[in-house]
Parts: sequence; C-alpha cells; structure tokens
Amino acid sequence: MKAETDDILLAVEHVSLSFGGVRAISDVSFDIRRGEIRAIIGPNGAGKTSMLNVVNGFYHPQKGAIRWRGRARARMKPYEAAAQGIARTFQNVALFKGMTTLDNIMTGRNLRMKRNLFWQALRRGPALDEEIANRRVCEEIIDFLEIEHIRKTPVGALPYGLQKRVELGRALAMEPELLLLDEPMAGMNREEKEDMSRFIVEANRYRGATIALIEHDIGVVMDLSDRVVVLDYGRKIADDVPEKVKSDGKVIGAYLGVSH
Amino acid sequence: MATGGESPEAEDTFAKLLRAHATLRGTRPAFRHKDLGLWQTWTWAEVYDETRAIAQGLIGLGLKRGATIAIVGANRPRLYWSITAAQMIGAVPVPVYADAVADEIAAVLDHSEATIIVAQDQEQVDKILSVRDRLPRLAHLLYDEPRGLNEYAERGLAALAAIAAIGRAALADPAVARDLDRLIDGGRGSDPSVILYTSGTTGRSKGVVLSGERSIGAARCTVAFDRLTDQDEALAYLPLAWVGDHYLNYAQGYVAGFCIACPESAETAANDLREIGPTYHFAPPRAFEALLTRVQIRMEDAGAVKRWLYRAFMDVAGRWGEKIANGEPVPLNARMAYRLGDLLIYAPLKNALGLSRVRVAYTAGEAIGADLFAFYRSIGLNLKQLYGQTEAFLFVTAQTDRAVRSDAVGPPAPNVELRIADSGEVQFKSPGMFVGYFREDDKTRETMTDDGYVKTGDAGFFDPDGQLKIIDRAKDVGRLRGGQLFAPKYTENKLKFFPEIREAVAIGDGRDFVAAMINIELASVANWAERQAIAYGSYQELAANPRVYAMIEKRVDAVNRALSLEPAMAGAQIRRFLILPKELDPDDGELTRTQKVRRGVIAERYASLIVGLNSGASEASISAEITYEDGRKGKLEATVRIVDLPPYPPARAPRPPARKANAA
Repeated sequence: MKAETDDILLAVEHVSLSFGGVRAISDVSFDIRRGEIRAIIGPNGAGKTSMLNVVNGFYHPQKGAIRWRGRARARMKPYEAAAQGIARTFQNVALFKGMTTLDNIMTGRNLRMKRNLFWQALRRGPALDEEIANRRVCEEIIDFLEIEHIRKTPVGALPYGLQKRVELGRALAMEPELLLLDEPMAGMNREEKEDMSRFIVEANRYRGATIALIEHDIGVVMDLSDRVVVLDYGRKIADDVPEKVKSDGKVIGAYLGVSH
Repeated sequence: MATGGESPEAEDTFAKLLRAHATLRGTRPAFRHKDLGLWQTWTWAEVYDETRAIAQGLIGLGLKRGATIAIVGANRPRLYWSITAAQMIGAVPVPVYADAVADEIAAVLDHSEATIIVAQDQEQVDKILSVRDRLPRLAHLLYDEPRGLNEYAERGLAALAAIAAIGRAALADPAVARDLDRLIDGGRGSDPSVILYTSGTTGRSKGVVLSGERSIGAARCTVAFDRLTDQDEALAYLPLAWVGDHYLNYAQGYVAGFCIACPESAETAANDLREIGPTYHFAPPRAFEALLTRVQIRMEDAGAVKRWLYRAFMDVAGRWGEKIANGEPVPLNARMAYRLGDLLIYAPLKNALGLSRVRVAYTAGEAIGADLFAFYRSIGLNLKQLYGQTEAFLFVTAQTDRAVRSDAVGPPAPNVELRIADSGEVQFKSPGMFVGYFREDDKTRETMTDDGYVKTGDAGFFDPDGQLKIIDRAKDVGRLRGGQLFAPKYTENKLKFFPEIREAVAIGDGRDFVAAMINIELASVANWAERQAIAYGSYQELAANPRVYAMIEKRVDAVNRALSLEPAMAGAQIRRFLILPKELDPDDGELTRTQKVRRGVIAERYASLIVGLNSGASEASISAEITYEDGRKGKLEATVRIVDLPPYPPARAPRPPARKANAA
C-alpha cells in the first residue's frame, strides 16, 4: 500500500496561521505524495483542522506557501480548490439534511455538470445524457459504500454513522485527486469504524484518491496510513512512517501531556 | 439450438424446462435484478444463452455428470443460472446458506464433496478461503461480484463472468454446442437434481437429495393448484439454500415460466417488493409480523384523523373482511363499508407494503398468530398456510383459497398421501419426496417407514374439516412429573403472538411445573419504553427493567388464562419466568439459520438460569461466551430476576383481571 512514487501532490511550506493573537499553526511544512494515505494527528487544539482548512483554501496562511501539483498556489477559495480536485468531509457532518442520500451525493457531481441552466431545465438532449452519466457514477458510489437501502431516505433521518458514509460518498462523487477527511470515524462504534476503514482503503487503492485524514483513534491511524505527521500546539513535532512515529519520544510526550 | 418446440409439460429436468421456455416464450421476462438502482431484465431466451455459457465454462473446469458444485450467496440471477448450468451437465448443485459462519460452511462444503464453489462476493470468498485447509477437494472458487477481489492471487480463484466468457467462446464452435445439447438431452429425470441441506433444527444438517422429475412433478401440482402462469412474478428474497426458495421461486418459476425478481440487497428487499409488486408471495410469519409492527408504530405516530379512519375501517375489516374473503354471505351495508374501507385504507396500505398485486400469498415455518393472520386476510390479502418439509420438497399440506384458518395448516396438498401414526407423528408420501440423504443411507432408512412413508418428526392431528394441525415436534411433546401434557412449542407460540415477545423457550418435560425464558422484541418494547419514558442504555438494561418485567408478566398471565381454558393444556401453565439478557442469535448457535430455537444448545448455555427457574430462587446468574458477526468473541455476564405466577384453575369462567403483580 506504500506510495511507490515520490511524486508530490501537495506541499505545505513553512505555513503559519494566527487568529488575532492566537497562533494556530507555526511554521509547519510537510508534503502529501500522490497515491498515499497521509494522517495528521495530534492532541486537541493542535491545529489539525486548521491545517485542513488551509489546504482546501478556507483559511489563508499569513506566512508560507502551498504547492499544489508542484506549483505555488495563489490565494484560493474553497470552491476553486474543489474545482482543482480537492474534496473534503467535515468533523461535524455537513450534509443537506432535507435531501435524500442520492441527491446529496449528486451535489458532489455539480462541478462536473457542464450544461447550462437552460438545458437542465429542459431535461432533454445533452443535459439528460449528462444527468444519466452522473447518476451512474453516483450509483456506483452507493454500491461501493453499501448504502442502497437508504438511497431515497432524507439524510437528516439517518443515524450518524450512515451520515458520515453519505458525506464520504459526496466527496468521492467529485472524483477528487486529494480527499481530505476530518475525523471520519468520530462517534462510531467498532463495526462502523471497520467498515469506514475498508471504504477509505478501497477509495485509495481502487478509486485512486490520495487521502489526507485527521483521526483520533490511533489504532486506526497506524493501520491505515502510509505516513503520519504529528502536530502539537501548532508545531510539527514528528513526520514519519507509523512505526517510527509510535515510538517517538516527543509524540508520546505530547499525548501524555509532558511539560514543554 | 439443436432441438426446439418441446412443450414444458413433458420435460423432466430443469435444463430441459429452460430450453423449452427459451423457445416457447423467449421474449417473456424470466429474471430481474436491481443493480446500480435500475431493474435489469433478462428474457427466457437470454437466460438460456447465459446459462449455456456458464455450463460450458464449468465443463472447461472439469465439472462432470454426478459431481457436486456448491453455490454460496444471496438471490442473484447468475447464482440461479449456475444452478441450472450445473444441472445441464448432469452435475448436482448444492446451495449453501450464505449467512452461515465459516465453521458451518466448512462442514457443509466438506460433506457435499464439492470441487467447484460459486460464491457471491468477497465476503463469501474470504470466508471460504479461511477454511480452505479443511476443503481438500476444492479446485475452483468462482465469484459473481468482483469488487475487492482484483488483487487476490489465490489458486483456483476466478470470476464467474470470465469462466462464462470462455464457455461462450467455446460454444461458437457448432460441434461444442451440439455436445452441450446432447448433455441436456441426456439428463434423466431420475438423476439427482439438487442437494438441499436442512437447517439443522434437530442436530447437524443433512443433505436432502431431490430428483428432477419429482421436483418438477411436485411443482406442477402446486402451479395448477394455485393457477400460476407466466404472467406471474415473484420476489426471490428468501435464502437461496432454503427449500422454500428453491421450490417457490426456482422450481415453480421454471415450471410456470414466471418472472423471478432478485432484490438489490437484503436491506432493500422491502422497498424492492414495493417496486416489483409481485403476484405470488411467500413470507414467514415473523416477516408478516415485522410488517404489521411497522404499520402499527407508524399509525401511532399519525395524526388524529388518520388514526381514527384507520381504527374505524380496521374494525370493519376485522368484522367482515375474512367473511368476504371466504365467500360467506355478508349484509349489503357491511359490503359497502368494506368497499369504502378498501378505497381509503386497505388498498393504500397494501400498496405501501408492496402487496397490491398479490394473488396468492403463503406463510409457513412456524405457527402464525390468529390476530396477525386475520389482519392480512381482512384487508383482502389471499394469505394461506402450508406445511412442508425439505424432504417433501416443501408441500405436504396447503390451504385452498376458500377454506383458510390461522390455527391449522390445511388438507393434504394435491397428490400427497398423509397419515397420523399411532405415536401421533405425521407421515407422508408426496410427488416431490426426496430420494435420500446425501452420503447418509442409515439416516435415510431411519426416516422412512417400511411401507415407504416419510416420517416428519412432527406431532399433529386432523381437525374434523380435514385440515392438519401441528402441535410440536413429536419428540418434544412431553409430560410434567404430574402426568399433564406439555407441548413446549404450543406454549411458546402463544407467548410469541404478543408483539413484545420475540422468542420464548418453555421448559417442563419431566419437571414439576412449566417455566419459561423470554426474549423481548426490541423494536416494539423500545417503542413502548419510549412512550413510557423509560430510559435504558442497552438491550440488557431494557430487558432487566422492572416495568418491562411487569408488562411481560401481564402477557404471560394472559397466556396462562388461555391455557387454563383448554382442558388438555391447563396443567401446563407457566409458573415461573425470566427475561433473557441477550437476544438469541444464530451466530451463537442458539437459533438455526431459519431462526428456529435450538433447545439443546440453549439448555447447555443457560443451564444456570434453568436451575434457577426450577429452584425457588428469586434470581439467577449467567456467564456465557458470545460471538460477534466477524467471529470475535465476547463475554456476557448478568444476573436476571425470576418471577413467580399463580396458575388459573382449569375452569372456563374467566377470572377478574385485577391481580397484583407478584414479583419475587
């Protein structure tokens, strides 16, 4: 499962981010290689979600740069990041609660719909062909995530574990090059975690998505990821393969709360 | 096609039947399957073509006449076609329960001597590979759904589609096609057609060998009995390995030429039922019960007007519906009220349940509650009961359209000879009767009488109107130490008719009194608890709640009162009961795959509770190992309360209902 290529998809270079006087991220650098599963871990408040928000253009770092596919990225809005192939899921599920599973996943295809409003309103000709093609992609994702039985259920009525799955489905519908997952297993029981792990691995291996994820369940992180970057108080304290990170003194210290 | 124009009435193997349909009704739909959200349809001609390709592919893998091939998976068209493909060659398909754990699968696969296994997907492949060392004969493992299997490099593992493609390419040569035609023609009706393993209610499962001509003969009788035609349609959602599916869908479908629709997945079956709208339907009582529970829960949450309409018209249906269905005289105003109810409530309700188009529906497998049965009959569903066995290729008795009751299973099915032995055991001779148990001649001899009847192992009697009544397994009918008759299942079924009780185990044979262990039905008790504002964190906590206990006590008391009114059963009232802290589960071996209680296993696992029930103790402790679906083990530790109940005197006069709860 190791990324065999050193082809770097995204590089974070000396990024610092602060909100007023609070420094969320200080001078952090790391990279994400094409085809790998990259984990970002750290204690609460370490700056993990902020880091993800920087990567997908929601926050703009005061210092440092992001290189996307080898080129320094200009200031970018989230939808521009999405158009460039970066999809994400959220720590607290962010779906359209009143819409069905299928419709939520279809929204992930929005950027792929090329026909204008006129054609779409007609529901004929090229717009119809496009809709059918996109529906097929969504149905394949529904099959992949084993959520056929909730295809027509409004997501607001679904249990949390399934909502997380639908959210992953919507992100996959974008056919992203880079998939950012913010705590994909939060609040799940063991069986749900195992299912979700399987979907993440398969999305990475068979659907070709490079994945960066934040996760608190260290067991899951060590099983899934190729490389792990560890943040603590906004600083990078380790960046290596899981086996090395696990035995790193600084990482153990950060998690056990040794004074700095 | 080398031969053509045969009539399906003359064929004696399923392969020949398929060929006849391909000629006779080649463009009629034969199979449907919902895939990627769309219903895909195959005509009889297409199914014949696909099946030939699979058959030729299997020949390429070395499958020969008389050899066995196992099919492990859910209801999917290609798995059904694999069954027919094997039958084309004269090989014997062995469908295996897909939800069985690896250990059970290994036992059946090994016993079946299968060299080729067709499995549904990665889950089944993984399970089989995990026990491969116990299957020395296994040479080829084929799979229908390729997802997740791309990187497997196991010996003999291949996609069924790839094998079929090889077969199809080979069939392009007319000589090869002619050889396959000759194989189909050479199939004899007396050859084994399929081996169906029993669910193992009474011990290890046995392989029931059925022949083509008998299977088809039996199916023809019942197709005529229920007037099934190629215009009918059924949803195949029952376990592929169960005799019910093989009979009701496969055999009857191939005889009548009707369309078999396969659901998208087990979870979507209820929805797929609505979309397909079958005309012919089978469901076990517990499925009908689950549907009704769902309706009732939704009605309780409905608005006042809807609730009132529902109650008013269900009242009309309850009073007149069954009479109308049975063709009895009914006053005109009642008929009109029922017609209006049909317009407003019954028809929309049936539509919501996916039962609008059903012409004939059957239920069997266990006793069905009178209220439950009456509910469906009264809204105009032609629901009937049958009694059957794998050894009979299902039908032993079946109710006719106009003589339907909930407490009996009907007169003998067409051409079935039925008798009650002196021991009370039901014995039969039937058109679909099995040939023998696979590799167990001694068991076959044990099961047959000297004059060629099959012993069912069930105790029963005929009612005056000729309908058979089953009371229990013959060997389970026992007596209390005082000599009173005790039929555990009879008592348990009375308990299970309450929606709050999912499962019950009554113990009494050779003891001083009857005691019961009860499993609550989570769906309905949880809903009740919610309305009662009872908080709970787990199944175990809910099961131990004193108010739940009090509610269940009322139900047990009602059963006692009913028993007290039956002279033969009055002595078998329940004197002590407890509520089990966990759900009985097939994964723990407590239930069979068809959800029947395994008494031996339960007696062993819950021995400490049974001791408590039989002593005067007010509580008992249990510590048992439980198995999760993925094979991991956990531990269950609990102390459960035991409740004493005073019995009713065996009298006809009902006692006043005001009785103090008498918890120990």
